[in-house]
Amino acid sequence: MITSKPRLVVVGNGMAGMRTVEELLKLLPDLYDITVFGAEPHGNYNRILLSPVLAGEKTVDDIMLNTRQWYAQNGITLHAGDPVVKIDRPRRTVYAQSGLAIPYDRLLLATGSKPFIIPVPGHQLPGVIAFRDIQDVETMLAAARHHRHAVVIGGGLLGLEAANGLLRQGMEVSVVHVNDCLMERQLDKPAAALLKAALERKGLRILLNANTAEIVGPDRVTALRFKDGSEIPADLVVMTAGVRPNIDLARSAGLQCDRAIMVDDTLQSFDPRIYAVGECVQHRKALFGLVAPIWDQARVCAAHLAGFGHSRYVQQATATKLKVTGVDLYSAGDFIGDADSEDLVMRDPRRGVYKRLVLKGNRVTGAVLYGDVKDGPWYFELIQNKTDIAELRSRLLFGQAYCEPRAA
Amino acid sequence: MLPRTTHDVTLPAPLSATATTATTCPYCGVGCGVKASVRPDGQFDVAGDEKHGSNHGRLCVKGSALGETVDLQGRLLYPQVDGQRVGWDDALDRVAGGLRRIIDQHGPEAVALYVSGQLLTEDYYVANKLMKGYVGTANIDTNSRLCMSSAVAGHKRAFGEDLVPVCYEDLEQADMIVLVGSNTAWCHPILFQRIARAKEARPEMKLVVIDPRRTATCELADLHLPVRAGTDVWLFNGLLSFLHQHGVMDTGFVERHTTGLARTMAIADNTAGDVRSVARACKITEADLLEFYRLFARTEKVITAFSMGVNQSSAGTDKVNSIINCHLLTGRIGRPGMGPFSITGQPNAMGGREVGGLANMLAAHMDLGNAKHRDIVKSFWGSPRIADKPGLKAVDLFRAIEAGKVKAVWIMATNPVVSLPDADQVKRALSKCELVISSDIIEKTDTNAYAHVLLPALGWGEKDGTVTNSERRISRQRRFLAAPGEARGDWQIICDVARRMGYEGFEFDGTHAVFDEHARLSAAGNREWGIGNRSEHGEPTALRAFNLSGLVGMTREQFDALPPIQWPVLSSTIPDSPFPIPAVGTARLFEDNRYYHADGKAHFVPTPVRAPAHASSEEFPLVLNTGRVRDQWHTMTRTGKSPKLADHIPEPFVDMHPQDALVSGVRAGELARVSSRWGSLVARVQHGGGIPRGNVFVPIHWNAQFASDARVGSLVNPVVDPVSGEPEFKHTPVRVEEFRVLWHGFVLSRRELQMESTTWWTRIQGRQFLRYEIAGRDKSMDRGAWARQLFGAEDPEADWIEYEDRTAGVYRAALVVGDRIECCVFMSSRPDLPSRAWLASLFVKEQLEEIDRVGLLVGEPVEKGADTGPTVCSCFGVGRNTICAAIRDRNLKTTAEITGCLKAGGNCGSCVPELKKLLSEVRATEAA
Repeated sequence: MITSKPRLVVVGNGMAGMRTVEELLKLLPDLYDITVFGAEPHGNYNRILLSPVLAGEKTVDDIMLNTRQWYAQNGITLHAGDPVVKIDRPRRTVYAQSGLAIPYDRLLLATGSKPFIIPVPGHQLPGVIAFRDIQDVETMLAAARHHRHAVVIGGGLLGLEAANGLLRQGMEVSVVHVNDCLMERQLDKPAAALLKAALERKGLRILLNANTAEIVGPDRVTALRFKDGSEIPADLVVMTAGVRPNIDLARSAGLQCDRAIMVDDTLQSFDPRIYAVGECVQHRKALFGLVAPIWDQARVCAAHLAGFGHSRYVQQATATKLKVTGVDLYSAGDFIGDADSEDLVMRDPRRGVYKRLVLKGNRVTGAVLYGDVKDGPWYFELIQNKTDIAELRSRLLFGQAYCEPRAA
Repeated sequence: MLPRTTHDVTLPAPLSATATTATTCPYCGVGCGVKASVRPDGQFDVAGDEKHGSNHGRLCVKGSALGETVDLQGRLLYPQVDGQRVGWDDALDRVAGGLRRIIDQHGPEAVALYVSGQLLTEDYYVANKLMKGYVGTANIDTNSRLCMSSAVAGHKRAFGEDLVPVCYEDLEQADMIVLVGSNTAWCHPILFQRIARAKEARPEMKLVVIDPRRTATCELADLHLPVRAGTDVWLFNGLLSFLHQHGVMDTGFVERHTTGLARTMAIADNTAGDVRSVARACKITEADLLEFYRLFARTEKVITAFSMGVNQSSAGTDKVNSIINCHLLTGRIGRPGMGPFSITGQPNAMGGREVGGLANMLAAHMDLGNAKHRDIVKSFWGSPRIADKPGLKAVDLFRAIEAGKVKAVWIMATNPVVSLPDADQVKRALSKCELVISSDIIEKTDTNAYAHVLLPALGWGEKDGTVTNSERRISRQRRFLAAPGEARGDWQIICDVARRMGYEGFEFDGTHAVFDEHARLSAAGNREWGIGNRSEHGEPTALRAFNLSGLVGMTREQFDALPPIQWPVLSSTIPDSPFPIPAVGTARLFEDNRYYHADGKAHFVPTPVRAPAHASSEEFPLVLNTGRVRDQWHTMTRTGKSPKLADHIPEPFVDMHPQDALVSGVRAGELARVSSRWGSLVARVQHGGGIPRGNVFVPIHWNAQFASDARVGSLVNPVVDPVSGEPEFKHTPVRVEEFRVLWHGFVLSRRELQMESTTWWTRIQGRQFLRYEIAGRDKSMDRGAWARQLFGAEDPEADWIEYEDRTAGVYRAALVVGDRIECCVFMSSRPDLPSRAWLASLFVKEQLEEIDRVGLLVGEPVEKGADTGPTVCSCFGVGRNTICAAIRDRNLKTTAEITGCLKAGGNCGSCVPELKKLLSEVRATEAA
């Protein structure tokens, strides 16, 4: 059917892109003729929940967000497993790998990011993978059935979840981390030390300050060699040393990029017809990896796509919870602090509890909770609402239960 | 010294596992009967003795807590010489040899005894005998000098002898009680309860309280006169003048039985002849003053009871006489329900007076200056000599020590470095003194730090003898505990030293023998009661009212069985007295209108008005008043051990009017330095003690064992009454300034900790822990490291919980050992620390629960409403918040209803005045 509706093309069938579409449908379901391209041959799934899938706590079906049926019901054309390879901005047309060329009136880039594979010798050997998509999970599950030694390079959030999953699948897992503490982007040192001890108790081997020199193997990985010459056996190497925004397409289309696609407060790129959301964008100086700000971006972007030019994207603090069973860890906001910030710290090593709040001018700006995270959401709320906590300060770190009667 | 641990204190051994022993409370001058028994767990139960005529089974909170004070923690158990433990032989040789050498070289006036109203009469008797009859000096004075010597002097001037005319029953029979300078509710709780019950039964009975402070006692008063400190003589001269002007006098009595009215009236009329000027001098309203005068005028049965507020003054003796004058003018004396009544402070102040244990007395109410008396005593003792001139009174004694005139001093059962005025002078004196001997039950006291020889004495429950209370009632203190370590009774120690000095007359085979000698001396040369008081030649005779002839000749068993009895006890009252026929004492004196001056009359004593010695000035604008708090005793060596007693008022404080605080730049809850010309201390500022503008109040109890800097004695002006020698504890000009600290904190610990390096600290005994309130000036310190070192928890594996808010200066930590809390510390740059009550409750738990650990560093349980607030009722541990909540929620109207609901006030009743206050406070806030 020939339609006169404007055409919206979405490049990227991930969480950011599809959330934006959902938000748009909520506002004006019939505004656009929508076409979605995705590199993966699936519907849209919740990438955050890959860890529980790996750990055997969830199935792939459990984590699907939008099935193919949903696309059909909403009149969206989905091209899954067919990545876009070129954008012709003057002609306002995208070209897919399959040769498909689709014109657009508005283009939404949601290309996400790709794992950073450390380019050490041997990084292309079979058995060396990243942890990004369902395919990676399937590779790991297969490896777990046939092999014994797994090495995870990178002791960040993702790496630890991968390591935990592999451990749950019965492998002997070492986590190799170049830094001197785990999850340094989410934790301070005392919390990281508690985490390390807890993970070690679960059976993970954790090597800090470990510089990988080479991945060793004749035709498949067999070991990992460090710069100091020592080796550990490895049948599977999972690289979780960070991600890089996926901006090759945007860059080749001549869009303004810094570390990622530059967008303004409306999520518009330098080309007014092109918007971008998610891990592939850079807003001011910030890149994005956690889900909460991306949901915000989706809402703002959808509003503008809908023509309601009233909302602005404002960066908010973010919160993280580590999804490792038996380890309670919560971090939110800016927990590093600076010369003007103030710390509230509580340590109870025997109970395995560590809590730290970072304050600035009677506002909470960051929180790290370990062992007792039940107040995490409350602190996050205080961070986001910029609540004046002067009255609560002496009790704040002890939790909402101690503060509410006073606050009332 | 071994570290003090609070959970394994040594309990003394009971003499019998089952018996209940009737004995007497060792605290205030009320002298309550106590029954002591041993519990199966080895602890001791004490209860009031319902058979004792002074308390009829009631006991105040201090008495109730006696069981918590008899443990052997901190006890002096062995003799020490120069800090080394020695045997008794060596110690006694050192004492006897040292005294002998100094007497031989410098004469008898170079040695002195400084003893105590805590001694039993028998101890006192032999001490007095040793000094006055054998060493040959009257240099024996006592801490009773600080307490009631003005009353003694006033009695002697008025009656010719130190006689308290009334008894406790008179309080119940009176239609009006005037309490002057007496916070009876706190300092003599059982007496106050007798008054309260009498007033409850007869609401028409009037209670007038005369006190610059609005104390707990005022809660019961019909009228409170907050007179300006030191103006009592104006008030009572004014009363005398008012009564005289209005013809309220017993002319017949005055004519027949008194002398000296004219001069006395002239002085009174001159100084206080009109009500307006008296009101102005006393700084009270004319209406209030007139109300008091009129009440007094129209009430026949009136008792004027007075305590330290009268005695501890540079005009103390005149104050006493100004009161007695009013009773003489109206003839209100010697009859039931009326009379002047000195309520003494100490358990045996009266016993000390009976034996003559003061520098200006001889023995058995006989006088040093009376040759006939000296003859009687010397020949009765068969002693080699007899002192014939007064010795040095307390303040002068320590001055003479500093001046090097007195070279040896033997201190017994008292702590002058804490309790004397200008107490730093006492330190200087003792540090210069050649030989300082201290007999004590506690090893570490402020005074013992200066002693060359420490002699371990017996404490309450271990010693055996008699005490006499404020109503002349002699009661037995009986032992129910074995002597701990090598401790011995004071009388034995004194007799041993006397024998080693080569004196005869100190061979007693028990306290009964000492008492018997004392009783016989009281009868020596003393004619029988009721038989004239003049010799045939009209010369003054040796007649004294103090006469125990009815108690002469008791065997050990009879002495053991002696029931409480009021002197005089005369054989003639029991015809052919074969003791122990129920001994008959004497409830009331002067019923026969005979007095003990040579003329047989009572004397009016003119009392010119005189302001306190030191007036406030620009530099020292406030007037310091000192006194007791409800739940502590003297220098806290015993009551400081009781967690129950620490609850009421845990810390040294300075109570002042909020406006004076504002002017002085200090705030309630924060620390202040209080200084006078003589010394200074640091205490926490509080309001609420009913202090008038221009005055501050600091309790007398705290000292270097319990706080870094809290000896109020160091501030008190060393000014004494010219007659009695009693110091002016109630009036020292001071100033109050901010004591700036950079952090405040507290510590609860099972072990005693070294706090010396902390700027300010005070230690409080808790149940299985010690609490330290602390404050400091070091801002940059690493608090975590400091606390770990303090607690000896440097092990990084220690179960150490901590919380830090560095910018706010908040640090909190707790050490847990084997699931039990071992210690915790809370510090903050502001005095906004959490309540100690809930934290304290964790120390009695054998195991901390998870939920306790969660709340630990908040200092609060997770559940709300569990904080009961500061303890008001110590007996049942009921807190202020609980009481206020109950008053509000259940709409309670009376203290009885509070007791019904919460038990508070139902045991000792000491807190009833505070309950009353809370009732009216809650009602006031509700009305607002």
